[in-house]
Amino acid sequence: MAGTQTERAHERRDHPGESPAEYLDRYGRMRLIRRFEQEIHRLFLKGEVHGTTHLSAGQEAVPVGVCSTLEPDDYVAGTYRGHGHALAKGTDPEALAAEMLGRRTGVCGGRAGSMNVIDLEHGLVGCFGIVGGSIAAATGAAISAQRQGRVAVAFFGDGASNQAYFHECLNWAQVFGLPVVYVCENNFYGEFTPMASVTAGGEIGIRAASFGMQSQVVDGNDLWAVREASLEAVGRARGGEGPTLLECQTYRHYGHSKSDPGKYRPPDEVESWLGRDPLDLARARLLDMGLSDGDLAAKEDEIDAQIDRAVENALAAPYPDPERDSGTEFKE
Amino acid sequence: MSELEFRKAIRDALHEEIERDPAVVFFGEDVAAAGGVFMTTPELHERHGQDRVFDTPISELAMAGAAFGAAVTGLRPVIEIMFGDFMALPMDSLVNQSAKFWYVSNEQASVPLVVRSAVGAGGRFGAMHSQIHGTWFQGIPGIKIAAPSSPADAKGLLKSAIRDDNPVIFLEHKRLYSVKGPEPTEETVPLGTAAVVREGSDITIVSAMRGVLESLEAAELLAGDGIDAEVVDIRSLRPLDHEAVLESVAQTNRVMLVEEGTRVGGWAGNLLGILAAEGLHDLDDAWIVATDDTPAPYSPTLEDAWLPGGAEIAAAVRERLGVAAAS
Repeated sequence: MAGTQTERAHERRDHPGESPAEYLDRYGRMRLIRRFEQEIHRLFLKGEVHGTTHLSAGQEAVPVGVCSTLEPDDYVAGTYRGHGHALAKGTDPEALAAEMLGRRTGVCGGRAGSMNVIDLEHGLVGCFGIVGGSIAAATGAAISAQRQGRVAVAFFGDGASNQAYFHECLNWAQVFGLPVVYVCENNFYGEFTPMASVTAGGEIGIRAASFGMQSQVVDGNDLWAVREASLEAVGRARGGEGPTLLECQTYRHYGHSKSDPGKYRPPDEVESWLGRDPLDLARARLLDMGLSDGDLAAKEDEIDAQIDRAVENALAAPYPDPERDSGTEFKE
Repeated sequence: MSELEFRKAIRDALHEEIERDPAVVFFGEDVAAAGGVFMTTPELHERHGQDRVFDTPISELAMAGAAFGAAVTGLRPVIEIMFGDFMALPMDSLVNQSAKFWYVSNEQASVPLVVRSAVGAGGRFGAMHSQIHGTWFQGIPGIKIAAPSSPADAKGLLKSAIRDDNPVIFLEHKRLYSVKGPEPTEETVPLGTAAVVREGSDITIVSAMRGVLESLEAAELLAGDGIDAEVVDIRSLRPLDHEAVLESVAQTNRVMLVEEGTRVGGWAGNLLGILAAEGLHDLDDAWIVATDDTPAPYSPTLEDAWLPGGAEIAAAVRERLGVAAAS
């Protein structure tokens, strides 16, 4: 399967969207997410990021691959592990970092925090702190998208596939032929509980069949595989052929949240997944496509500098002022 | 003067707003082809087409979530959650998504969404089809709650709710659907405003929805005993127009709040707290008549006893004031 996709990707190398330069940019976006999460981790340990955070390091290929197939005005709904969703869709890293730091310049003025980021300017209708919420938000956005010639994407985890949101909304979207792609980031753990021990049927992708919905199980650590599957699903949505469920299998490098060292995961399992780090895979593939180490290093330096600058500026930004930034209950 | 039936007022408001604003869409269970289980929405589907008015699966959570997602991307959905009791199902979307979006997004956008439901007891529907869910939401910032008692107010408040940029819970009491009343004189009725529906000088009775009709009946009975009751229709449960009640109480110095719902956690208890904090100097007496702390019963004898009707409301006033009923 992977071999077939590799061959197809090679055939499409000169097609729009498939050039080495474009994949280098996507690799850069993945590194942006990775470096962002590492910085948030560091700032959390320093007490600058408050409450809790859910880091997406290890899962970068999914949002970057999917969002690379979207138009800027398409809609995305993300999860509380949503920093990658926002950055992949175009949210400014400085505004996102400032949000984590609770600053006035945050993308939501410091009102949202890590779990509830909203960035409508970039089509991010929200990240949702309750498991499954993104599924409904994207389904609703797809009702608008259907009239606007747009597409909506829901990112959610394996845990959400056991929520009412999943079953009700997939049925709904299929009934109405909505232009929506349901992207399950299956990282094999719902919080601390192994997916397999609480999820009937073995895999999530097959659940689409009961709705008569198209679906695909994808190597979620392979940027090329994710992009190819998403191109097909988004194309189907945009062409009026209805929704698709993509199960992208991936793994988080950190624990569930800040209080979780992830000790419930067998060391050999962790090691095996770390050996398939999506950034390493993408880097090797880009070298294979003919880019040089120097090309890659230059992109990495550019991204690292961007993150350093974003964090530095965010740390220098003021906190909201309760006197003038407390806001109103209602829109007048 | 022609009379308007409450259920027709709902339908007319929907029809006129769907026609007025291309962003308005209306969906729910059995609202389109069947015209609604209480026959509130017949012909809307035929008049406005599938894009604007459509039937949904029996999926209340998806319905509210889809309405939220549609509302933040350019539409103005009106949804029908058939019975208020079913509002337990879409709570996450309404409470955590719609109600919080305006604030949490730092006011990037609001959620223009209306959620209509049939509510209330007295129809022999039993414990899971008789509740009024307004009080489940009154502690949630970011959501408005409308509760009309007359056809004219139903039409005007629903139009205001649809035009409002914020989420609105819209309560339609089942025992009002067949009530007829005067046509509205204004295009809209502002959310969050109470109305004096009967003037009086001895006591203020405040109620909502069907309770307003019962209170008006009580006021007529009390008039025969020489007690002149003012009746205030609170009309919205959030924002709660306590100022209108304070104004009335300043004249009557007594207030009785009549709620179809439990005393604990109800809007009446909430309002009584505000009156005590802000109007104690005007108050000689203040109390609540509410339903017992049990679910709504089915049997007619039990349900009728459970509901505060006109005679019970009048009796409560006489007892409190130490006045005997004129025979």
